[in-house]
Amino acid sequence: MQSLKIKNLECNRNGRTIFTGVSFDVTPGRILLLSGKNGSGKTSLLRILAGFMPPTTGSVVWEDKKFTDKRQRELPSVLYIGHSNPVKLGLTVKENLIFWAKIFGHGTGVDAALDQFGISNHSEVPASYLSEGQRRRLTLARLALDQPISALPSLWLLDEPTWGLDPEAVKTLSNLTIDHVKNQGMAIISTHGSILDKYLASSSDRYSLTENIF
Amino acid sequence: MINYFANPSRFLKMTEKLLPWLVRLTILFFIVGIYFGLFYSPADYQQGDTVRIMYVHVPAAWMALACYVFIATMGALSLVYKHPLAGLAAKSAAPIGASFTIIVIITGSLWGKPIWGAWWVWDARLSSVLVLFFLYLGHIALSYSFENPSRGNKASAILALVGLVNIPIIKFSVDWWNTLHQPASITRFDAPAIDPSMLIPLIIMALAFFLYFITVLLVRIKSELTSQKIKSLNIKMIK
Amino acid sequence: MNYLGLVIIKDVKLALQGVSDTGMTFVFLLLACTLFQFSIGPDQALLMKVGGGVIWVVALLATILSLERLFITDFEDGTLEQYFLSPVSLVFFAIAKAISHWLTTGLLVIISAPLIAVLYNLPSEIFLPLVLSMFIGTPILSLIGTLGAALTLGASRSGVLMPLIILPLYVPVLIFGSLVIYNAMYGHSYNSLLMVLIGLLLITSALAPWATAYALRQAIE
Repeated sequence: MQSLKIKNLECNRNGRTIFTGVSFDVTPGRILLLSGKNGSGKTSLLRILAGFMPPTTGSVVWEDKKFTDKRQRELPSVLYIGHSNPVKLGLTVKENLIFWAKIFGHGTGVDAALDQFGISNHSEVPASYLSEGQRRRLTLARLALDQPISALPSLWLLDEPTWGLDPEAVKTLSNLTIDHVKNQGMAIISTHGSILDKYLASSSDRYSLTENIF
Repeated sequence: MINYFANPSRFLKMTEKLLPWLVRLTILFFIVGIYFGLFYSPADYQQGDTVRIMYVHVPAAWMALACYVFIATMGALSLVYKHPLAGLAAKSAAPIGASFTIIVIITGSLWGKPIWGAWWVWDARLSSVLVLFFLYLGHIALSYSFENPSRGNKASAILALVGLVNIPIIKFSVDWWNTLHQPASITRFDAPAIDPSMLIPLIIMALAFFLYFITVLLVRIKSELTSQKIKSLNIKMIK
Repeated sequence: MNYLGLVIIKDVKLALQGVSDTGMTFVFLLLACTLFQFSIGPDQALLMKVGGGVIWVVALLATILSLERLFITDFEDGTLEQYFLSPVSLVFFAIAKAISHWLTTGLLVIISAPLIAVLYNLPSEIFLPLVLSMFIGTPILSLIGTLGAALTLGASRSGVLMPLIILPLYVPVLIFGSLVIYNAMYGHSYNSLLMVLIGLLLITSALAPWATAYALRQAIE
């Protein structure tokens, strides 16, 4: 089974070394929980894997192809959810999700996805009326959409997805993630030791980023 | 060779060796050029001795433009090849180019005053140079506007390339503007027909300006590299 | 191409929801023209002479004002990152932003221009060339402005920085746009000037979106 191999990754920003010597493998079928204190570089690592910025040194390889340059990689496709919620307040809840579904080629399943995260009764409401927690659910609802076949396998990069979420939604998220990796998907989730860790315990491995001291 | 100098310490060593010579050559060329310009070249039949400003004005104009081309080229190198010194060279060269444009504007104004009777008449050439000055200022401002200096360098590299494409367009538009708005010909102080006795001082001064540019550029790059070194040493000490 | 439509529609929808923004831009245009009148004085002949130039400068200023917040929301809420990850090229996004900016600001300027021309006592034969030059020129302003907004995304004090960067680049459009009015007023032909403007538009639309996409890419890092 192919896995995503990460070797000796180092990240220097503005003269500071955020992390160095990071190596691990991500295998389809298992979730990787990324833990570490604040400032240890979890977000930077996820962003490098998403392709937003290149690592200072090191390599990320999938099937012998360099992974971190978006132009060079085809698969796996990347689904990244960061700290902020890309929700447009002027559009309705449903319009927001439909937009991303169309852009990323997710096709159908918008109503079902909204339902899974418990916001379908707000579908026609402008997103400005939602609370922060509800907007987080809307952002995560993308994970519940049908994945296009052409985008499989896909790598989920979730940066503290449970931030602001209540336990019900955390359960939904964990079920989705477990299903995702069962279907040959991969997932890296950065975590602070929330209940998500407990739910995912049997399907996940851990990697810990330590804060670098020079 | 370009890659050879990507290493900052090698670059610094080279500049240490070259700088004393460059400084001496620059001073020499300036002295010779000014001497020729003031004493050995003829005064103009129409303009008298004021034409001698040309020996500063024209080379400064050439260098102002050449410097912008340099910045745009360095910008392209830093974006495409990610050469570490290229971005630094562009950032260091920009203020030098800006000061060249100031020299062009001031000498142009001084040159024109006796002819026009005014300090500034929005003549086509000087107006284009003024816009070039603003392009320089924008470049400098942009490169210093970001917390992350490399982002500033990349953004100003893009701006420099866009500006380079625009410079001929701006020149074209300002010329057109000038001819349409001032049909009554105000004497444009073109450099008079070039006689060899004028050409030689002109070239000497051009070389002097060029050497000055290289010298100051190397000094600026050197000091920037040194201060970067100090910064990273400081960071290491804190940790 | 479907994607381009999607992004444009979404952006325009959101932009048009700020109808108060459009109204404020209109008021700004009138206000700026009024300021010029106060500072120059009510000399009708003089106002007529400067009118063409004033309209263009005021159009420029209005364009710059509405560029401020062009990318900020998308940058801050993570939408820009998602566009980067999507199959849609950032170039499309850049084009879409320029188009939606033009629809909300450029069109407004085109519509207001004849009104301002009346305030400045400009003869009616300049109305057509005025609108034509604005129609060709304002997209150029939007394209270059989008590039400026992308370059300064995330910069400190971008409020003054962005105008500083793009105003020199606006000089050619300004010159040719106002020359069209100037020529029309004195009965000269302005067709070649319009041709030049069209040429500028073609060059800008070929180059600006790519530079903008590149700048957006830098901002994401």
